[in-house]
Amino acid sequence: MTAKKKVAAITANVACAYAMKQIDPDVVPAYPITPQTTIMEEFSNYVADGAVNTRLMRVESEHSAMSAAIGASAAGARVMTATSSQGLALMWEMLYIASALRLPIVMQNVNRALSAPINIHCDHSDSMGARDAGWIQLFSENAQEAYDNTIQAVKIAEDMRVRLPVMVLYDGFIVSHAIDRVELLDDEVVKDFIGDFKPVYSLLDVDNPVTVGPFDSLNGYYFEFKRMQEEVMRRAKSVIIKVGEEFMKVSGRSYGLFETYQIEDAEYVLVLLGSAAGTARVAVDNLRQQGIRIGLLKLRVFRPFPFEEIAKALNSAKIVAVLDRSISPGSQGGPVFQEVCSALYSFDCSPVIVNYIYGLGGREIELAHFFKVVSDLEDLSEKRSKESFVRYLNLRE
Amino acid sequence: MSSFWEIRWHGRGGQGAVTAAKFLAEVALSKDFYFQAFPEYGAERMGAPIQAFTRLSDAPIYIRSAIEKPDVIVVLDPTLIGTVDVLEGLKSDTIILVNTPMSPAEVRKILGLEGKKNRVFTVDATKIALETIGRPIPNTPLVGALVKATGLFQLAEVVEGLKVSFGKKFSEEVIEGNIAAIKRAYEEVKES
Repeated sequence: MTAKKKVAAITANVACAYAMKQIDPDVVPAYPITPQTTIMEEFSNYVADGAVNTRLMRVESEHSAMSAAIGASAAGARVMTATSSQGLALMWEMLYIASALRLPIVMQNVNRALSAPINIHCDHSDSMGARDAGWIQLFSENAQEAYDNTIQAVKIAEDMRVRLPVMVLYDGFIVSHAIDRVELLDDEVVKDFIGDFKPVYSLLDVDNPVTVGPFDSLNGYYFEFKRMQEEVMRRAKSVIIKVGEEFMKVSGRSYGLFETYQIEDAEYVLVLLGSAAGTARVAVDNLRQQGIRIGLLKLRVFRPFPFEEIAKALNSAKIVAVLDRSISPGSQGGPVFQEVCSALYSFDCSPVIVNYIYGLGGREIELAHFFKVVSDLEDLSEKRSKESFVRYLNLRE
Repeated sequence: MSSFWEIRWHGRGGQGAVTAAKFLAEVALSKDFYFQAFPEYGAERMGAPIQAFTRLSDAPIYIRSAIEKPDVIVVLDPTLIGTVDVLEGLKSDTIILVNTPMSPAEVRKILGLEGKKNRVFTVDATKIALETIGRPIPNTPLVGALVKATGLFQLAEVVEGLKVSFGKKFSEEVIEGNIAAIKRAYEEVKES
C-alpha cells in the first residue's frame, strides 16, 4: 500500500493521459477523434514538456496510427495509442495483424457510436465490432477503473505467456469527459509494477534476423496458427487475474474478470458492462430496500470471455437480464447476451435469460429504466415463463 | 454537509458553467468528499444554452445518469428563463440561484414560484465579475453565492479551493480578482 493517497479531480481522459505519462511508452502514433482527443491533447503536453521520452507520431489517419504502432512494436518498442468509433473502424485490418503478430500494443478506445447517422455519443458498437480481432478487451466503469486498467493492460499485454494487444474501454463523454475522483499511484510504483519492456524477435535485432508477417498458404500452418492464437487468448485469463492481484497489492483496489454485487441470494441478476453498471448498482440498492432479491454482475473482461466463471456465478439465479449497449442486426440479442447465453447453455445452467438493448448513441439510461427491467422480470417470474426475449430500453416507440 | 447533493447549472457557452461545476468538484476534493462534474454534450458553441452538473456526497457516487431532480438549480444567464425550462425536475425544496440584478421576489414571480416553499436567491454576478475580474464571466462569484445559499462549504474553503484550482493556470491578479468576486457575491446574495 502507498503511504499517502494522491487524489485528483480529473476526467477519465486526463487520468489515462497521466497513466501514459507514468508508463512512458517509447512510441505513440495517434490521430484525433472525439471523444478520445483529449487523451492525446493532454499526453502531447507531457511530450512537449519533456516529461516523457516518448516519440509522438502525428499520423494522417487511424489506419496509419495502427500501422505505425505495429511497425514500432515489431521493432521492439513499447507502444500505446488511443481512438474511438470511426477511428477504430478505420484501424480494422490492422487490428487483426497486431494481435496475430503477438504485439503487446495498449490502446484506449473511448466507446462511441458508429455512423450513420453521425453520432459522437456513447455506445459499445465500436469495440464490440472488434471482438473477434484477437485483442484482450477490458471495460471500465469510471475514471478510476480506466486509469487502473490502462496500467494493468501494459503488464498483461507484455506478460510472456500473453504477448497480445489490449484494448482499454470506457464510455465516451459519460466517463471520458466527466470529472471524477481518481486515486493516482506514484510514478515509481507504476514503473516498478509494469517493469521494463523486453522486446522479443525485434526487427532491429540484426544479429538474429526474423521474418514478420510472411505468406502462409494451403500447405502452411495458418489454421494451426489461429488455433494457437485462440489458446493464448484463453490462457490470458489467468494472467489477467494474477495481474489484478498484484495491482491490489500496490493500489488497494481489487480487479478480477468481473465484479459481483449482492448476487449470493439473488433471484434476479443484471449483467452489464461500462458506466451504466454504476447506475445499476444504485438500482440494486433501491430494490433491495423493497425486499426484491436482486444482484449485479459487472463484466470487466469481455475478451477473453470468462464463460465458466460467469456460468458459475449466475447458476443459482432465477432470471438473468443482460443489458447490451450495442446492437447486432439480425442476431438474437446483443453481444454480451450471446456470450452469457453461450456460457449458461455450455455449462447446463438453469436461469431464464433475457436481453435489453439500451443507450445507443448516448440515449440516457436512468434508475427508472432499471426498475422497468425488474418489473418485467417479476412478471416473467409470476408467469413462470421460460421464454427468452430481446427488448429495448428507453426507445421511442 | 448532508449526504448527497445534485446541482444543475444553466448557462450559455462561454459563461463558465462547466468551469463552475468543475471548480465546485475541486473544492469538494479538498474537503475529501466524493463528487462528479459533467457537462451535457451536444453542439456546444459560444452563446448556446448549455447545462452542466455537479454531484457531491460524503460517500462514493455510483450513479451515472443525468441529474433529473436537482437539489440546486443555478442560472448563470437570466435570459435563459423562458428560453429553456430551467425548472425541469423541480422538487418542493429545490434551491434556485439566479444571476440577475432583479430581486429574489421578482424572479420568484417570473418563475411562477409564488406560494411555493422553494428558496430563491439572486445575485448580480455579472456586475461583480466586471468590477472585480474585469470580464463578464459570472461563474466564480456564483460559486460564492451558492455556498452562502446552501451552506455546502465555508467561504474560506472555497477561496482556498480557488487558489489550488486556478493557481497553475492564471496570474496572481486574476486569482485575486476571482477571490474578491467570490467574497462579494457571498455577501451580496439575497433571498426571498
